Amino acid sequence: MQPKPTLLKIVDILAVVLLGISTYFALVKAPTELVMGQVQRVFYFHVGTAWTALLGFIFASVLSVIYLITKDLKWDGFQVAAIEVSLVFFLITIMLGSIWARPAWNTWWTWDPRLTTAAITELVYIAYFMLRQGIDDPDRRARFGAVYALLGGISAPITFFAIRLYRTIHPVVIGGSNPEAEGGFSMTPTMLTAMFVALIAFTFIFIDLYWNRIRLGNLQEKVEQLKLKVML
Amino acid sequence: MFFLQEATPDTSGYMIAGYAVAFIVMGLYVFSLYLRNRNLQQDLTLLEEMEKSTAQVEAKQPKPKPQKPVKSVTKKRPQKQP
Repeated sequence: MQPKPTLLKIVDILAVVLLGISTYFALVKAPTELVMGQVQRVFYFHVGTAWTALLGFIFASVLSVIYLITKDLKWDGFQVAAIEVSLVFFLITIMLGSIWARPAWNTWWTWDPRLTTAAITELVYIAYFMLRQGIDDPDRRARFGAVYALLGGISAPITFFAIRLYRTIHPVVIGGSNPEAEGGFSMTPTMLTAMFVALIAFTFIFIDLYWNRIRLGNLQEKVEQLKLKVML
Repeated sequence: MFFLQEATPDTSGYMIAGYAVAFIVMGLYVFSLYLRNRNLQQDLTLLEEMEKSTAQVEAKQPKPKPQKPVKSVTKKRPQKQP
């Protein structure tokens, strides 16, 4: 395998540093919310991971279109990497939301439109990997995966707009207000700064993990090709 | 839940749980990337060694001499007389 590029090493370090800075802003710099208390601080990581995960799913849909046009397996590898990292980030989003909901809504989970669409999105992409596992032929697997990711990508904007389109108890903190919401709050300038720091930090962490995952995919392909060569 | 409350509730436990979950999930994913990478590197080294040894064995083996073309001898069947 080729040695790690210097730029990737820099991105690795930057991602760790930014995660530290974001944690500092969320836990120390941002003020304690008066109504909800300390638990409101999970909001910064919740929004940061949700933002990158949903963008990652949409990015994967774009990559699947490129694959379907070019039929180049390189694009399939890029798409798998984007979905895998997004899936991990979205799992964190859902888990953080659930932890916040326990004191805010007095329940870990409720079948609210936002929560339901988020759960569907996560399950859709778990099924994506199950589908890929079931197909041996690489071209067929890539083609089916691309079509599936393209259709699955629709769930990302639906999840994002669910709180703006339907009656839901999930608060709309950015760009709107929801009279039905429970646990909403108005952000102070320091809270806004902490949120933007989290958005930048998680975007960098996503890029870093994505790049590393692409390299892993390339190594896997190399091993598979060598395996075939030695077998023959 | 927070309706009609007088003081800020102590929800520190949930906050700690939230951050712990976020760091554990991210840590596990990074560890899985490391493990998969290490296993693939081991496979690659092994396969490269196998490829080398196969190439060496093939180089040591004498090349088969090209065979002379053999004339095919076919007996003509006696034609039946009418």
